[in-house]
Amino acid sequence: MHTELFGVVVSFLLTVILAIPLGKYIARVFAGEKNITDFMQPVERLIYRFSGIDPKKGMNWKEFLKAVLTVNLVWLVYAFFLLLFQAHLPLNPDGNPNQTPDLAFNTAISFLVNCDLQHYSGESGLTYLTQLFVVTFLQFVSAATGMACLIAMLVGFKEKTTNNLGNFWTYFVKSITRILLPLSIVIATILALNGTPASFDGKDSIVTLQGDSVHVSRGPAAGMIAIKHLGTNGGGWFGANSAHPLENPNYFTNMVEVVSQVLIPMAVIFAMGIFIKRKKFAYVIFGVMTVGMLVLLVPTIISEIHGNPQIAKMGITQATGAMEGKEVRFGPAASGYWSIVTTIISTGSVNSMHDSAMPLSGMMQLLGMMVNAFYGGCGVGLLNYFIYIIIAVFISGLMVGRTPEFMGHKVEAREVKIAALVTLLSAFLIKGGTALAAYFVAHHANIGWAVQPANWLNNPSYHGFSEMLYEFTSSNANNGSGFEGLGDNNIFWNVSTGIVLILARFIPIIGPIAIIGLLANKKHIPDSAGTLKTDSLTFGLMTFAVILIINALSYFPALALGPIAEFLSQ
Amino acid sequence: MKKYFGPAVRLTLVMIVLLALCYPLLIAGIGKLAPGNGKGETVTLDGKVVGYALVGQKFTDDKFFWGRPSAVDYNAAGSGGSNKGATNPDYLKLVQDRIDTFMVHNPGIQKSDIPAELVTASGSGLDPDISPAGALIQVKRIAAVRHLPESEVAKLVEQHIQKPFLGLFGPEKVNVLKLNVALEQAK
Repeated sequence: MHTELFGVVVSFLLTVILAIPLGKYIARVFAGEKNITDFMQPVERLIYRFSGIDPKKGMNWKEFLKAVLTVNLVWLVYAFFLLLFQAHLPLNPDGNPNQTPDLAFNTAISFLVNCDLQHYSGESGLTYLTQLFVVTFLQFVSAATGMACLIAMLVGFKEKTTNNLGNFWTYFVKSITRILLPLSIVIATILALNGTPASFDGKDSIVTLQGDSVHVSRGPAAGMIAIKHLGTNGGGWFGANSAHPLENPNYFTNMVEVVSQVLIPMAVIFAMGIFIKRKKFAYVIFGVMTVGMLVLLVPTIISEIHGNPQIAKMGITQATGAMEGKEVRFGPAASGYWSIVTTIISTGSVNSMHDSAMPLSGMMQLLGMMVNAFYGGCGVGLLNYFIYIIIAVFISGLMVGRTPEFMGHKVEAREVKIAALVTLLSAFLIKGGTALAAYFVAHHANIGWAVQPANWLNNPSYHGFSEMLYEFTSSNANNGSGFEGLGDNNIFWNVSTGIVLILARFIPIIGPIAIIGLLANKKHIPDSAGTLKTDSLTFGLMTFAVILIINALSYFPALALGPIAEFLSQ
Repeated sequence: MKKYFGPAVRLTLVMIVLLALCYPLLIAGIGKLAPGNGKGETVTLDGKVVGYALVGQKFTDDKFFWGRPSAVDYNAAGSGGSNKGATNPDYLKLVQDRIDTFMVHNPGIQKSDIPAELVTASGSGLDPDISPAGALIQVKRIAAVRHLPESEVAKLVEQHIQKPFLGLFGPEKVNVLKLNVALEQAK
């Protein structure tokens, strides 16, 4: 067991060690300083010229958001129609069918918003064309959108007074050409050399050693699996995601995948410190996030290694821990670590089935998604954290009786209102959605729908409730993992989570960008003795307390009905 | 919004060519260098392909080492776990049944020695591995059915134990298909 724990510790340390230089590099790229990938400049110029983009033209926050929303709308329409007609398009060696309109709606939105909730299984629900031209494509561009928005926020932090947040198109293109694509090529190469399929051959059929006839799904998966992690997307090539032995062949690839998904979220924290020339501010944020992660991680690993108490009662020792839904080559420690990492940073890929995790672990996974800002998603993690900062600044201001300030700008009613609305939206979407679903299960279980609510849940009692809560929490966090027992490929779930996904992606992007646009426009006030120091340990604690209080108030009752009740009843 | 529509569409076209066409083709090219040429590495017995090295198979016959229970019956056309919750009564009954079945097929073993992975379904339904203890506990049965000395079968298992990555990280494991192929060759 100690080699398993050692693997987890080293995976985490390796991420930090790699994130520091990557952060420096990211800061240089976006500050326009000389760096090792400047050979991409001619390619970028070609892209700008072909697209009719003037890379030097600045944008204010409204123009910036308009560009973001327009291009996202184009991608949504494009993805939706490809999915609807995929059966008739090329690269469909397995003869898979079209997606139904409600499933295509859900899938297109889900990948557009960096969530990758999958209400289908990759082996039968997509073709190689849609795997590449919809899924892989959106995994790149949604991650780059998040990064571009983050850079706009950092420009707002950095400048004293400005209405220019920079050019969305150039941030976007550079995120792809300088960061996501080069890193993806490295990770995809490692995966391919370790046995993940990369060729375009279709399903193989074989007769097994024992004489059974089976099929083996394959396809050009390695490239997609690389960006799925680097871009904190999480949608798998195969139904079982990174638990699938072709998607994640061995312990080494598991380390590579788990490191690569945290890498950019962590690196951008360090990049921020350098970019805005406030390293201490970044370190404090990194500290708060790391403590937050540990609080969720430690109980998870303990309960998974300990095994299922119900199975212990049957007289089984469980020396290898709780193994339902887990793979032998990873074991309970690496599976527990992955399950927390993937939920705090909004990846949502899995290397074990969360539905079968211990009740306490399930709660920690839910909490990771509810907070959604311990490291957080590619770019958007820091945007989410920024909302908590604004609220912490506001409350601190109230406590000391001064007008709150952040980065030399007065934080006033309008900004705080936006931050509060963004926070409340999460609670509303998660609890409202779950309540609606639970209402149908409780009161209209046998309503005449194609899939009756009585057949939605794969588990009875508290755990069944957790399945619904998890689905909406995951949608709201743009996470994409699931308690996959839930029967979610039907109109109710496809449409309801689709709506949650789109609101929960764009409002938490629009909110922070608007706040920073408004703040950056205000007169700059130099620091004085009375200024609240946002880079102090005290303020870090304050932010942590705000995160704790907001999430406890918002979600404790829902958690009590699900995982807490299940934990106490076992 | 209109002002941004033209650049948005054209940038999308460039990115599709770059990310959905060039990138996967490059990786497919690199994949040709991998074992199995990027199509997945196969395992052969007497020159015949009997499976994929990484994809687990169903073994129910007493003369083979058994792998883990599977929610998809080891048909790799799909994949997935049982998604049963830890406290689900139906699920717990199923685990009890698996324990009882295992006891019947492996007389003389201690119930507490049965490793958890042999009575629980994997996440993918295609787990190719079991723990070394999971293989060793089946040695007695295999030896009896195949009329081989127990020591010889045990030795075969020992040879197939894969150590942690670099000897430091992660669990030990045994690839069930490769072990069974070796068993067939030993007869």
